[in-house]
Amino acid sequence: MRNLLDLRITDSSLRDGSHAKRHQFTVDEVTAIVRALDDAGVPVIEVTHGDGLGGSTFTYGFSRTPEQELIAAAVATATRARIAFLMLPGVGVLDDIRAAAGNGASVCRIATHCTEADIAVQHFGIARDLGLETVGFLMMAHSRPPEALAEQARIMADAGCQCVYVVDSAGALVLDQVGDRVAALVAELGDDAQVGFHGHENLGLGVANSIIAYRAGAKQIDGSTRRFGAGAGNTPVEAFVGVCDKLGIRTGVDFFKIVDAAEDVVRPAMPGECKLDRMALIMGYAGVYSSFLTHAYTLAERYGVSGAEILVRAGERRLVGGQEDQLITIARELAAR
Amino acid sequence: MTVTAAIVGSGNIGTDLLYKLLRSPVIEPRWMAGIDPESPGLRLAASHGLVTGTGGADWLLSQEPRPDLVFEATSAAVHRANAPRYAVAGIRAIDLTPAAVGPAVVPEVNLGEHRDAANVNLITCGGQATIPIVHAVSRVTPVSYAEIVASVASRSAGPGTRANIDEFTRTTSRGLETIGGAARGKAVIVLNPAEPPLIMRDTVFCAVSPDADQAAVTKSIVDRVSEISAYVPGYRLLDEPQYDPVGDQLRVGVFVEIEGAGDYLPKYAGNLDIMTAAATRVGEELAGSPDH
Repeated sequence: MRNLLDLRITDSSLRDGSHAKRHQFTVDEVTAIVRALDDAGVPVIEVTHGDGLGGSTFTYGFSRTPEQELIAAAVATATRARIAFLMLPGVGVLDDIRAAAGNGASVCRIATHCTEADIAVQHFGIARDLGLETVGFLMMAHSRPPEALAEQARIMADAGCQCVYVVDSAGALVLDQVGDRVAALVAELGDDAQVGFHGHENLGLGVANSIIAYRAGAKQIDGSTRRFGAGAGNTPVEAFVGVCDKLGIRTGVDFFKIVDAAEDVVRPAMPGECKLDRMALIMGYAGVYSSFLTHAYTLAERYGVSGAEILVRAGERRLVGGQEDQLITIARELAAR
Repeated sequence: MTVTAAIVGSGNIGTDLLYKLLRSPVIEPRWMAGIDPESPGLRLAASHGLVTGTGGADWLLSQEPRPDLVFEATSAAVHRANAPRYAVAGIRAIDLTPAAVGPAVVPEVNLGEHRDAANVNLITCGGQATIPIVHAVSRVTPVSYAEIVASVASRSAGPGTRANIDEFTRTTSRGLETIGGAARGKAVIVLNPAEPPLIMRDTVFCAVSPDADQAAVTKSIVDRVSEISAYVPGYRLLDEPQYDPVGDQLRVGVFVEIEGAGDYLPKYAGNLDIMTAAATRVGEELAGSPDH
């Protein structure tokens, strides 16, 4: 069945959505969402703290429910879907991967900033040894040209990564910029590894960018049902499935079921819609890591400063994923003016 | 009293350390051992009058007289192999690798307990930068949890760090507990490729009781920063400590920056500078104590 698909969708609402949810998922919410997505035919569902395994911290926000419990609940619920998890070397550790594998997750997604692939070599090796399928994330992919990304993708593939993603963490890539990057990875990796694309909606292009990624050779596409993700959210899975249906691209996901899941199951678990508002647009325009959004809101209130200005300065300083702590300094500087 | 010292490893760290030892009033660097005859570090050492060799520790141990101290700036695997041989030869070792053969030390925090040790380990750059801060808080009020984020410039993270980033986070986390005094520790490291490279920064969060004496905590932190800046001149607080309620606890936030001295490594590489500066400080302390 899976071989008859033209691409494979991974739903990230229970991982990227963790940012929008401020990491407050309950077992009941995870179970309900996994059941609905599984029933709609979503082949892979990612469940983790927004910042990956071990992300429950002061810096990124503490999880209400330990993520390994959420992973175990997702595994117990899914009948067809495989459960994936994310980890960032430097935030999580190898033992976290072992625990997730022990809880039944079967797809290990390892993310680095798009110039730092070599910090994940150890982790891909361990994941493969554990029998996990591996995915590599080159985050903030807008910040480097296609050839540079392809070099980093080669490092991941040689380390045992089976699919390298162009990850548009800031929602800053526009159309051909996605196609060029995906094509460069496809050319570099050939049959050694697949290529994937993870989009954000900060410039409203999640679906269009994902179609372009597919046409450039991507075999795996991320989305989040109801856009439930950081920033303005991720590529909405239900819209992407609908568009794929019309283009004759086989995803294996039932359009009507995923539309119902988005409305009836995912939306009630969301603290609010993921909106294409001023803050989100600034992130897409200035190339700011999407998960800085909720932190910028919190700090704007704490120090009485503009959240938009925090994000603009984060972009100017070229902060990368994981540097949420530095937003505090930016807010303090703005407050001192 | 002056002691003699050898540096084993002629890469970036060993060479930067050379500059610092040359300035030390109590340590006399006399030997540098490497493996690469083309190494700029060995040439530089020779130009400063050190005896140099390319036979690594084998060469060093064949020298007469032998050094009082050896600074190991190779790799964890190499130090694990060399450590017993230094011990047999009666040479005290200061280990800048993650080998952790000897007790972990942080100047101004626990060095006094290990002044007679034959081998001491310097943990990680993130540990040297943050453990003293956690300790400064925990000496005033109990710390149930300490978390640090170390941000370093990509260019200053060498192949060893990159291949063993897990070791960095685990070793640093453990140090936050065993030396910093936190009941639980968590370390995060982030590499940032921005050009020009960003100066090393560390954020330290400690969970304390809401009743903690904030003024006393702040004073303890400020005092500690001035002690550290005595041996790492570029170590500074970026802001006053921040106090925020999180759940039923109070979060103390401390933000520091470490600008390197720019000896051999560029100034942004505060992560490497703090290791060589701490190693020098430890060497000076051991020099003042009798041989074990």
